[in-house]
Amino acid sequence: MDEDTRWVAPSPRLLTVRRVQLALLAVPLLVAGGLLAGALVALWLGLLVAALVLVAAVAVERFLHRRVRSWAYAERDDDFLVRRGVLFIRLSVVPYGRMQFVDVTAGPFERAYGLATVKMHTAAAASDARIPGLPNADATRLRDTLAALGEARAAGL
Amino acid sequence: VNPGDPPPPARDMQEWHRLHPLSPVVRAGRYLIGLVLIAAPALLTDRRHDRAGTLIVDSGLLGVVLILGLVSWLVTRWRIEGDALRIETGLIRRSSQRIPLSQVQAIDIERTGIARLLGLAELRLRMAGTSTRGGRLASLTAPEAEALRSRLLAIGHGSPAAAPAGYAPGYPAAHPASPERPLFSLPTDRLVASMLLTKTGLAGVGVVVAIVVLSAVSPRAAAAVIAAGTASFVGLFTTIWRRFNSGYRLTVAEAPDGLRMRSGLVQTTAETIPYGRIQAARLIEPLLWRPFGWRRLDVDVAGGRAREENRAESRHSRTLVPVGDRAEADRLLRRVIPDPPAALSPPPPRARWKAPFRYRYLAWGEDGRTVVSTDGRVRRITRFVPLEKVQSIRRVQGPLQRRLGLATIHLDTAGRRSKASLRDRDTAEVEREMRRLPALCRAARHAPIHRAAR
Repeated sequence: MDEDTRWVAPSPRLLTVRRVQLALLAVPLLVAGGLLAGALVALWLGLLVAALVLVAAVAVERFLHRRVRSWAYAERDDDFLVRRGVLFIRLSVVPYGRMQFVDVTAGPFERAYGLATVKMHTAAAASDARIPGLPNADATRLRDTLAALGEARAAGL
Repeated sequence: VNPGDPPPPARDMQEWHRLHPLSPVVRAGRYLIGLVLIAAPALLTDRRHDRAGTLIVDSGLLGVVLILGLVSWLVTRWRIEGDALRIETGLIRRSSQRIPLSQVQAIDIERTGIARLLGLAELRLRMAGTSTRGGRLASLTAPEAEALRSRLLAIGHGSPAAAPAGYAPGYPAAHPASPERPLFSLPTDRLVASMLLTKTGLAGVGVVVAIVVLSAVSPRAAAAVIAAGTASFVGLFTTIWRRFNSGYRLTVAEAPDGLRMRSGLVQTTAETIPYGRIQAARLIEPLLWRPFGWRRLDVDVAGGRAREENRAESRHSRTLVPVGDRAEADRLLRRVIPDPPAALSPPPPRARWKAPFRYRYLAWGEDGRTVVSTDGRVRRITRFVPLEKVQSIRRVQGPLQRRLGLATIHLDTAGRRSKASLRDRDTAEVEREMRRLPALCRAARHAPIHRAAR
């Protein structure tokens, strides 16, 4: 958008969270797939399966890297901007006055790294203003700022 | 009551009111019909079993339903408290619902067949939000419901002085409903013709024709087909019946408090949509209707509808004109969206690569108050969104769009998936509009078209 828009990115720890989630999925798959194919058919097939899973995991990791980096938000005077996406690039503009409520959630992985997800809700279900991986302090501050701004500028339906 | 009589003193507003004593009968009515439908074939076919036994079980069930309804009637009461309506109900789990009338999105009066026989009606208050349940008063006498509706709407608009003074149960005739100016009425022959020219209508005709032909050729095969497909046939014809019933003798009228819609053959519905509550409008031109120049006009209202055949899609939308010609649809559209922009600009020709089927219909326009966008593959859909109602603005660019230098802007309005989309526009235009549209929406919010929206 404009040059003076100050974009803020989620914490770099979000990438760590995503990597851990990926590893927790990929490692058992690699071991189980490799062992199963190796034991039942032949050793070379087991190694091949393991290698394929490894290659796929590395590719997904590169994608996750770009995906996490693409996420950013900006607080402007009248509206809130969220940008995300690698393949499908999305940018949402939500006026503060349209905000119905804000919620802060944190799953087990995010919590372990002291992160939280902030989501802004409007009356439209399609409004897509969600920022994952904010450090807890930032998430709380953002929630309070948004709530205050939303109240000050609330517009009826 | 003789209209010449002096009105009896209006009852105190703070007093609790009860629903009509016959409400349990209306409630049980649905079960009664269901029981008859289930029991009748059993009684006709099942000769060996004790018929009396079946009857006793069925009437026992009906009795239970009636008693439950009676208890519910006994524990339900309502009153108007300042600018809110309070409804208390529940025997074991008491619930007390306070409905702020300024938040009411629409008020409907629904009358099932049995309710109409008894002269009763159900009042439904539609609230914004997808999870909040609106209020229900089932049942009141029909004139009571009418009077209470205009009173509630007047309080909701913050003008109790303009409202019919003192709601008096049993004597509402002293306050005739607010004057109305008819805008549209739907001829039944056109409704039937238009319904035949839909997918569902064609399917219904196909089923009937197939069964008739089959029974002429081989009655046993026809019986087998009917037996096998009973459930889906019932579903199909229920859908057709609902659509017919909801469009039957539909009239839309202009009243001081909003648009009045009335319709129904057996179950009648009267809805009032206050001005300024309309979030978006949609004009749909199906392919099969094109030779006749027919179109459908839907409006979106923030507020859930409880029972609807197609829940996901139509929870927030109401059909103002089920089928109308260009002039009729335009007249109602202008009442909802004054002076929609007429000049629409198509996307760049290279958008054909991304949207080969849609391309011919894609276009959008804006006049500082309303955004219009057209879309659709087979049927053309024109969406109208007042800028003041836009909830959020989104830009989306997919991989193919990126290669073609295109992007899409969605203008979301209240509801599940209601929006106007500026599909496959040039990226330079999109960047410009992403800077311009938020400012336009902000300006529109500060000077809304309909001042009634408060």
